[in-house]
This record gives sequence, C-alpha cells and structure tokens, in this order.
Amino acid sequence: MGSNEKNTGIKLEYEILKDDFARAGEASSGIKKVLRQLGIDSSAIRKTAIATYEAEINIVIHSEGGKILVYIKPDKIEIIAKDNGPGIKDIDLAMQKGFSTASNRVRELGFGAGMGLPNMKKSSDEFYIESEMGKGTTVKMIITL
Amino acid sequence: MKEYWHSVALEKEKCNGCTICLRRCPTEAIRIRDGKAKIIKERCIDCGECIKVCPYHAKKAFAHDLKSIEKYEFKIALVSLPLYGQFELDNDINRIFNCFYELGFDKVYDVAYGADVLTTLQSDILKKSKRKPLIATLCPAIIRLIQIRFPSLIDHIIPIESPMEITARLAKKEVSQEHCLDFNKIGAFYITQCPAKITSIKKPIGIKESYVDGAIPIKSIYTKLLKIYKDVKKNDKIQKASGKGIGWARVGGQSFALGLDNYLAVDGIENVIKVLEEIELGKLNNIDFFEGYACVTGCVGGPLNVENPFIARNRIRQLSKCYGDKSLEKSEVDEILKTIQVKWTEKIEPLGILKLDSDIEKAIKKMELLDKINKKLPGIDCGSCGSPNCHAMAEDVVRGTATLEDCIIMLKKKVDK
Repeated sequence: MGSNEKNTGIKLEYEILKDDFARAGEASSGIKKVLRQLGIDSSAIRKTAIATYEAEINIVIHSEGGKILVYIKPDKIEIIAKDNGPGIKDIDLAMQKGFSTASNRVRELGFGAGMGLPNMKKSSDEFYIESEMGKGTTVKMIITL
Repeated sequence: MKEYWHSVALEKEKCNGCTICLRRCPTEAIRIRDGKAKIIKERCIDCGECIKVCPYHAKKAFAHDLKSIEKYEFKIALVSLPLYGQFELDNDINRIFNCFYELGFDKVYDVAYGADVLTTLQSDILKKSKRKPLIATLCPAIIRLIQIRFPSLIDHIIPIESPMEITARLAKKEVSQEHCLDFNKIGAFYITQCPAKITSIKKPIGIKESYVDGAIPIKSIYTKLLKIYKDVKKNDKIQKASGKGIGWARVGGQSFALGLDNYLAVDGIENVIKVLEEIELGKLNNIDFFEGYACVTGCVGGPLNVENPFIARNRIRQLSKCYGDKSLEKSEVDEILKTIQVKWTEKIEPLGILKLDSDIEKAIKKMELLDKINKKLPGIDCGSCGSPNCHAMAEDVVRGTATLEDCIIMLKKKVDK
C-alpha cells in the first residue's frame, strides 16, 4: 500500500501463487476490509470483491502465478490482474459463458465452470483484457464510484 | 447518529484487563483502556462471545429480574426454546411451563408455537423468492453483523419477525381480550438465553417497537426453577408447538422444519462470517436457505443458558422427536396473520460504523496514514496496547484514540536505544 504518484489514492498489491487454492480469496477479502473502512458503498464493494475473487481464482487455476493490483481513488476503483503466462489463445472464446480449459481436477474442486471472465466483465463498469501467448494475460477492470 | 443501546456490558470491578475478550470479539468492538475492558457500543453486535470467554465473569447482559414483573397487573412469561434443553426431562415440557406460575407469572406461553407459525410463513416466502440464498432472521447478532460487515446482503434477509415477537403479540392480544386489559397493563417477559435478544427488545430491528416488555436471563432464575420443578403443583396444558417448532432451538432446526434439502446451517460466529463472505462473492447462489447462529449449536448454546450446549441440543432433539413433526395447517396460520402483524415494517439500513471518515478523500488520506503506522508496528498482535491487533491499533491511532507509545514493543525499542 502507498501513495499513488500524483492524486490521492491507495494502492493495494497481492501476490497470487499458482495452484494455491487454500489462499484464494485472501486478496478479495483484504480489499473488502479496506473498502469498508473507506466507507465505499456496499454494492461497489460487492462488485469489487467478486471481480477480484474471480481474477484471483483465474490466476491460481490457469497461470504460472501473478499479481493483483488495486488502485482506489475517490471516484473509481481500478483492478489490474496480471499473470506470468501462458496466455489465452482465443480471447473471444474465453469470454464466452461456460467455456473453460480447466482440468478435471480443478472442476472436481468446484471451479472452472467457465464463468470467471464473464463474471469479471459483469461486475465491472469498464473491462479490458490483453493476452500474449507465452507471456501472460492482463485484465484491467474499473468500478466507478 | 442516534445513541445506540445494547445489552452486553462490563462489570468493571471484576475485569482484570486481560486480553482474552479483546481478541475474541468478531467485530473488534473491545479495547482495554486504563486496565479495564471497554466496549465500543456502536460496534457491539451482542453476540455474547466475550461473556462466554471471560474467565473472571466480568461481562454481563443488562436484563430484568423477577421484581420488574411486579409493576404489571398481568404478567406473561414467554418461555424461550433453549430452556427446554436445560432440564433432565421426563418427556413433558408442561412441567417446566407450570413452574413459572410459582415464580409469579399469571400466564405462560410456548414460544416454539411462534416458530411453528414462522415455519409455514417462511416456507411460503422461500417458494416465491427468486433471490438465493435467503437468510434466516432468527439470530439478531447475525443480522447486526450483516448490517455492519455485509451490508450488500441485507436484501437476502427474510423480513419477518422472530418466534419471540410473534408469541408476544398473540399472547398480549389474547390476554387483553380475556381480561379486558389495556396492553400497557400487561407485561410480557421473555425468558432469555441471549443478550442479542434483549437488545432486540429494546432496540428492535425491522419494527418500531417490540411487544415484549423485558427479558429475564435463564441463568438468573435457573436454581429457582430447579427447586420448583421437583414438585410443581399446577399441571396446565401449555405446550402447544410441534417438535419441528421446538427444533428451532438448535442449529439446522429451521431447515429441518422447512423440509429443505439444499440449505446451509452454520453455527459459531467465525464460521458464519466465512460463509457470509462466500455468499457475498456470489458463490452460493445455488443454495436456497442459510441459517446462521452466533453461538455454537444455535440458540441452545446462548451465553445466558446454564447447561452444556451439546447436552442441551441432544435434549432438544429428543423433544422434537417426541412432539412430532406435524406442521401447522395453512388455514390456522392465515387466521393468525389476520390478527397480528408479522412482517417487518422498517427498512434495514447498512451501518457504516467501520469507515474512517464520511468524506472519501479524507478517508483515503487516513487509510494511507493507517498503513504507514501499521508497517511500523511489530505485527505480533499481542494486544498489550489495548487494541485487538496491530492493524486495529494503527486504526485507533488514526482515529485519535490511541498513541504509538501504547505499543510495548516499540516503547522497549525506544528505551533500549
């Protein structure tokens, strides 16, 4: 956490480890606590929590690990989920509800229903996704306050 | 903000300033100041966790005693469900009910009947609702927890009254008609297992005013009841509820009464918090019903009970079996609904008491400061400063209710230098 260069704002940063299901949810829960203390409206808190949680789970399941950054400003919350690969082959396909490349093991745990990215999009007011095979995926979400 | 009243309180002279309650409080509502525990009243949800864990019995619930019933011309006892589990029973609850005449009450009501009414009503609401999961109203500590920590779930709460309130309304109506008495001459007292229930009488959620006039803790009259119970003289048939209604005293009882398969019944406040987190994330939208209790085993584990919660729960289970699982006829409930109001009339508001400032820019500034302070603190959450953990201490410094010198580790470092 710390000051964001120019404006008033808070930066939260969470390291997300590959395959670490037990800790998935820690980031979203921590963010929620901060937002409550900032007095952010409850529906925005819920949207942010869902968006971050889904991003966390995606990084745990599909990537080589990554990071979630949250910038909180008086007028908006910006969430950036960045992973270290392997990247998404077909983004349009990945955005479809129900599409998932999750393994059977992951599905047995109750994840990988193919709702992650659609839920992230649904929970945010602005949604951007970029991916490069071999490099990684970055999702940026904005929730306006 | 309106002055908030709540039931759990400290007996100062008994408190030795240890940190046991401090760390167990689920809403970080306790601080140790000047060697004594202090409850931040706006944050307290009256779950009674501190009453249960205090080794010095320094936490109590503000409640009534048997003297306070005397100012009413007609005295009603509303016997709470957990009381049924407090005695070694010979399978007749009526003996417990009849004890209350000898304590000075004129009429005794079976609160489990109110639960029966609610079972039918809730079943109807669950069938019609599209929102999932619906959250049970029974535990007032959980409702307050939702107002404070999970305000986005307020719309999931079923907006109806508790068995206590419904029984009180039916009882007062009946007594007032039978004896031609005004309501203010009739005193209805709940025999309570729970401080949150006491608060919900004085500061109700969802309604303007409670029909209950006071609450008497089970443990304050327990020995008296035991003595009377041995050879209670009267033998009125007061027991009215089904086994399903009685079962509401324990965790899972509501769902069982409702005949649900797809539900979550969770006890213990920390467990409830974990599940509410999941509900808030939308992970449990496939579940129909959630009943959560601050106390382990449900109301039968309430802090103002006497018996071991697990033993009491076992008795409740046996009683449920012996009184059968017949639900009330819909027509009977419809008749009741014609005479009394059971739905909430007031909106449940989120309680933003955790926020650092009502101005977001100022709140952000304070949060940055909080973080800076938090990083300086040792992070061992020892509680010696009087705040429940280092993060809460940093928050207290920002709010101006603590100073960095309160931290013993930091003070030691300073001295060592």
